Amino acid sequence: MEVLAQGIGPIFTDPDADKARAFFRKKSRALKPKVMSVKEAVEKFVHDGEYLCIGGFGANRIPAAVCHEIVRQGRKNMGFAGHTSTHDFQILCAGEVFNKLDVAYIVGLEARGLSANARKYMESGKVNVSEWTNYSLSVRFKAAAAGVSFYPSRNIMGTDTFQYSGAKIIECPFTGTKYAAMPAIWPDVSAIHVHEADIYGNCRIRGITVSDLDLARASKHLIITCERLIQNDEIRRDPSFTSIPYWCVDAVCEVPYGSYPGNMYGEYFSDEEHIKEWLKVEENPEEFKKFLEKNIYSCKDHFEYIERNGGMHKLLKLREKEFMFSKARD
Amino acid sequence: MADYNTMELMICTAARELEDGACVGVGTGAPCAAAMLSQKAHSPNLVILFEAGGAAPLIPEMPISVGDSRTTWKAVMASGMCEIMETACRGMLDYTFLGGAQIDMYGNLNSTRIGPDHQKPKVRFPGSGGANDFGSFCWRMMVMTPQDPKRFAEKCSYITTPGWLQGGDSRAKSGLPLGAGPYKIITNMAVMDFEPESKRMRIIAINPGYAEKDVQDNCGFELLKAKKIVENKPPTKHELTILREEIDPYRYVIGR
Repeated sequence: MEVLAQGIGPIFTDPDADKARAFFRKKSRALKPKVMSVKEAVEKFVHDGEYLCIGGFGANRIPAAVCHEIVRQGRKNMGFAGHTSTHDFQILCAGEVFNKLDVAYIVGLEARGLSANARKYMESGKVNVSEWTNYSLSVRFKAAAAGVSFYPSRNIMGTDTFQYSGAKIIECPFTGTKYAAMPAIWPDVSAIHVHEADIYGNCRIRGITVSDLDLARASKHLIITCERLIQNDEIRRDPSFTSIPYWCVDAVCEVPYGSYPGNMYGEYFSDEEHIKEWLKVEENPEEFKKFLEKNIYSCKDHFEYIERNGGMHKLLKLREKEFMFSKARD
Repeated sequence: MADYNTMELMICTAARELEDGACVGVGTGAPCAAAMLSQKAHSPNLVILFEAGGAAPLIPEMPISVGDSRTTWKAVMASGMCEIMETACRGMLDYTFLGGAQIDMYGNLNSTRIGPDHQKPKVRFPGSGGANDFGSFCWRMMVMTPQDPKRFAEKCSYITTPGWLQGGDSRAKSGLPLGAGPYKIITNMAVMDFEPESKRMRIIAINPGYAEKDVQDNCGFELLKAKKIVENKPPTKHELTILREEIDPYRYVIGR
């Protein structure tokens, strides 16, 4: 196929579909319990230099406990997909976890403003950057989930976003229409937070799914954190609610309030006070160091982090906020 | 002294562009306020889409994230990013509002970086997010932005999101979907559209209290002028009441 133009951005993962198939051929299909702690899951499945993806949408249904644990365990030199990433990106930048980055949305926290520390890290020259868009990364996961090496898309052409991406422009063999070919990403490891999972990893998600259903299928290893474990009988009682099947999953960690300080649909709203505090403290590097020591490095786990920031009383407030929008203003 | 501020005027102007039954893709802040106002004041059947998956919600109050729970409040569907962007790509997204650190005379937007070195930028911004996607697929892309000569730049440091690219037929030749592109630019001073042949930005309406010269003085490139430039209508009492009392009572957006 003739390539009409191509971007200069690096491609950090191998888009070869047969190599991916060879990997998935060996991936276990055994129905076995995969319950473990977040600490164990990160020790087992997240390694220096690998390519990492985080599910959810920035500060909504994110596996915050896994992000903290990756920083706590000091992972370095990873590749990362900055796909709809906001607070998750902020956490990973605090640990300088990655040095290869596929960018779609980074540095900002939407209406809340920009992260000073993430900006500093991105302006330091330490990160090798390839530029994409949210949808471009979505279809790169979609291609991988479908077992094909690329996906044709009608965005990014004509812009610098294309110039600094690793995409190639090709012609449709049927119509002659131009498409940007987006190379598949098979991440080494991803973490996704869900509402409910059984001990084998069958998952239920409520609310928006962002790109997580494709991401789960594209990932070579997948860590699931869930608000609560449910019985396998419950999954089988009505399988129409299952959106990620167990054979995609390598670890299941029960982490109630696992998206904190992010929002969890139908469970609790985001802790805007705490996120604001995080953004503010980043402006002073010395204070930020102390903040990280308190909130990540000296915490045993996610629950200790929550306890240090208001504990159950705070969580009940956030639950109330999620359930009663009008009260959110109080 | 007018009894409204420029942010309120921009939101009311934008809201009037969204006709009943149309479909709009929005982010947080002013665009969301405009869509909410349109839904409450003019267009009850306006379909609001959020890139993260929220589809046709009746938003109770301003979301803080395009993926937070408010974006699916009484929605018809909680979907995902591909669902929303595929809807846009197959031609069902009429309007979107985008923004950026820079905009040029063809409506191209920069939300990625300032400075020439991509690996070590002088200032790093969030990047495209869903902006390039919406800007590529949406029939009529609009921008709401304060007008100043730095933002309205002769040349963007980086084109994140396509406007009319280099003008003329350059966008059609690029491979982007035909017939889609920038439609209107709504600022605190004026409303601009794009001259159909050259695709250059053109003043079509001036906001009360401003003159053509103010608009040009606050723009880093030469603006074309429509044959007839009208005065933009100020917000009505009805619009202001809804905006202030129902949509943004804590003035998160209109207090800016």
